[in-house]
Amino acid sequence: MKNSILAAVLVASLGVGSAAQAEITVGFITSQSGPGSSIGVLYDRGMKAAVEYASSIGAEKIKLIQLDDGSDPSAATRNARKLVEENKVDLLIGTSTAASTSAMVPIANELKVPMIAISPISVAANDAGDRWAIVMPQPPTLMVKVVVDRMKRDGVKQFAYIGFSDAWGDLVYNGAQKPAEADGLKILTNERYARTDTSVTGQVLKMIATKPDAVLLGGAATQGALPPLALTERGYKGPLYGTPALLNTDFIRVGGKSVEGVQVSAGPVIVAEQLPDSHFSKKISMDFRAAYQKANGTPTSDGFSAYSFDAWLVFLDAAKRAMATGAKPGTPEFRVALKNAIFSTKDLVGTHAIYNYKPSDSYGVDERALVMVRLVNGQWKYEP
Amino acid sequence: MTGEIAAILAMDGIASGAIYVLIGLGLVLIFAVTRVIFVPFGDIAAFTALTLASLETGGRPGTVGLVAVLAVLATAVEATALVRNRAFHRLPRTLLFYLVLPLLPAAAVWFAAGTTFSMPVRIGLALALVLPIAPLLDRIVFRPIADASVLLLLTVAVALHFALSGLGLMFFGPEGVRTKSLTDAVFDVGGLIVNGQTVLILAASIVFCGLLFLYFEFTIQGKALRATAINRIGARLVGIRPTSTGTIAYLLASLLAGISGVLIAPVTTIFYDSGFLLGLKAFVGAIIGAMVSYPVTALGAVMVGLLESYTSFWLSAYKEVLVFSLLIPVLLWRSLSFSGSEEEEAEE
Repeated sequence: MKNSILAAVLVASLGVGSAAQAEITVGFITSQSGPGSSIGVLYDRGMKAAVEYASSIGAEKIKLIQLDDGSDPSAATRNARKLVEENKVDLLIGTSTAASTSAMVPIANELKVPMIAISPISVAANDAGDRWAIVMPQPPTLMVKVVVDRMKRDGVKQFAYIGFSDAWGDLVYNGAQKPAEADGLKILTNERYARTDTSVTGQVLKMIATKPDAVLLGGAATQGALPPLALTERGYKGPLYGTPALLNTDFIRVGGKSVEGVQVSAGPVIVAEQLPDSHFSKKISMDFRAAYQKANGTPTSDGFSAYSFDAWLVFLDAAKRAMATGAKPGTPEFRVALKNAIFSTKDLVGTHAIYNYKPSDSYGVDERALVMVRLVNGQWKYEP
Repeated sequence: MTGEIAAILAMDGIASGAIYVLIGLGLVLIFAVTRVIFVPFGDIAAFTALTLASLETGGRPGTVGLVAVLAVLATAVEATALVRNRAFHRLPRTLLFYLVLPLLPAAAVWFAAGTTFSMPVRIGLALALVLPIAPLLDRIVFRPIADASVLLLLTVAVALHFALSGLGLMFFGPEGVRTKSLTDAVFDVGGLIVNGQTVLILAASIVFCGLLFLYFEFTIQGKALRATAINRIGARLVGIRPTSTGTIAYLLASLLAGISGVLIAPVTTIFYDSGFLLGLKAFVGAIIGAMVSYPVTALGAVMVGLLESYTSFWLSAYKEVLVFSLLIPVLLWRSLSFSGSEEEEAEE
C-alpha cells in the first residue's frame, strides 16, 4: 500500500512537472442508483447548479469528475480511492447515504485528501489527530435543539416522543434530552417503531395517556407520517414537532390532514423566497435557485441539492486561499494547503448557513443554520 | 392500562393478526403441497399493495414488466421441455397458460394507463396482475429442483426473496405508498370505536378461512391438494399430478397474499421491502402450527398480532425482539413433543 501511494505521489509530481499549467480537480461521488438515489439525484443536480454558478477560480478552470456509488458503501470507498489514485483529485465531495459517506472518510484520512461530506455524519480525527473531512449539513443535535427551544417558546411544558427504532430515532431522542433539560421541559415517553411497521396504535395510546402538551416526531420521510395519522385517529389535537427528516413530499402526501400544522426545523434555503431581505441566506439562495433552474431545467425547493452547492462554495473560497500559498494543484502540498484553508473558513455565507470551520471540529454551523417552518395547506411556511 | 386501552390494543392486535393469518395460511399451503418455505410470499402481498396504489394514481405499475418478463421466461422453459420430449401437441396449451393468461391483465393495465378505474375494478386488476407471479416463479425456479431437500428449497427461496425485493426497488422505487381507504364506516361497539377497515380485514380473514375449509373438504381439487400434502408418491400413484397441484397451491396462496396486500394497503405505508417482515411474522404463526395445521396456524398468527400490539404499548423498542423470541419456546415445545419422522421419510 505504501509503495502504491509513493508511486502515485511520484507520478503526480511528474505529471505536474510536464504540464504547462495545472488545473484543480474535484472528485464528486453521489448515488444515482439504488435506495439512496432519491437523495443522490438531488445532490447531483445541486452540483450541476454549483458548476453553473461558478466553474473557475480567477483564470484557473476547475475539473469535476463525478462517479456513481449505487448507494453501496464499498463502491463509495472504491470510487474514492480511484479518484485519488488515478485521477489525482485535490478534493473529494460525497455522498448521499450516511453509511457510504462515513466509509469515504478513512480513505480521505489515509490518502491525505481533503473531503467535504454532504450527509450528516460524525467525523473522528485520524490516529495522528488530523482531520481531513468537514461536514456540510447541520448536526442532528442542533436540528433537535432548535425544535425544543421553539417548543419552550410556544409554552410547551411536557412532550411525548415517538421515533424510528434505529440510529435516527436514537439521534433525535438523545439530541432532545439536553436542551429539554436546559429549557425545563419534560420528555414523557420514548416510544419507537420500525419503518416497516403496520400499526403504532399501542405506542400512540401510551403517549396520549401521559397527556402531552406536544408530540416530537423522530421518524423520517413517508413513514414519518404513521404516528400523526394514528394520533389523529385517537383524537389527539395538540401540536406536532419534527426534524428536517420530515421535509418530504411523500410525508405530506401520505399524512394529509393529520400532518397539517406540523412544525419542523429546516435549513433557511427551504423557504428562501419567504425570508426577509435582511436574512443572510436570501440572496445566495435565490442565486442558487436561478442556477439550478438554468442547469437542470426544473425549479427546486429542496434542501439536499443546496448542500452540494454549499460544499462547492466552501471549496471555491478555500481553493482561492490555497492557490495564494503558491502550491501547485495536483501535489500533496496543495492538498495540505487546501485542507488548511478549508479548516480556516470564516463567516462564509451559504444557502444553509454561515460556515466557520476550525481544525478541532468537522461541523461548522451554528443555530443560524436552522429556521422553523410550519406546514400550511401542504406548503412549508416560514415561522420566524 | 385501563380497560379501554386494553380493548383498543386487542382490536388492533386482532386486525394485524388477521393479516398474518391470510399470509400464514398461504405459507402452510405452499409448504404442505410443494415442501417449499416460500420466503418471498410477503413480497407478493407488498407488490399487490404497490400495484393497487399505482393503479389509483393512473400510472403503469411495475408489476406489468415483472409479470411480462416472468411469463416469457416460464414459457421458454416450458416450451423447451416440451420440445425436448417431442410433445408438440401440448404447445398451444402451454402458450395459453404461461403466456396469454398472465399477460392479459398486464396488457389491459398497460394500454389503459392514465385512466382511473373504480375501486372494485382496481382491486380486481391488481389481484389479476399479481396472481401469476408465484406460479410463474414456481415453474421457472422450483419445478426443476422439485425433488431437492427442504433445506435446498429454502435456500433457493431466500435467494428468490432477495432477487424479488431488488426487482421491487427497480419497478416501484424506494418510496412507500398508502392507498385510499376501502371504507370510511365507523362502528361504535359498546363505547369502543371500531374502524370499518378493521371489520373488513376481520371479515375477509374469516371468509377466506371458511372458503379454504370448504375447498379442502368438498372439492376433488382440494382433496387432491391434501393428498399431495400427505404423501406425494401415494398421490402420484392414484393419478394426481404433483406439478399441477403445486400450481394450484401457488395460485391459491397468491390469492391470499394479494387479498392481504389489498387489505393492508390503506392501513399503513407499504414499501417495496415491507413484505419480508409481514411474511416473517406470519411465518412465526405457521411455525406454531408446525407448518401443517391450518387452524393452529391461524391461532398462532392472531397470537403474534396480539403480542405485537401489547408489546408496542409496554416496550415499543423491543417489540420485534419479543415477537421473534416467541419462536424459541414454541420450537422447544415442538421439538420435545415431536414424535414422527415424516420429514426423514420424505427426504429419502
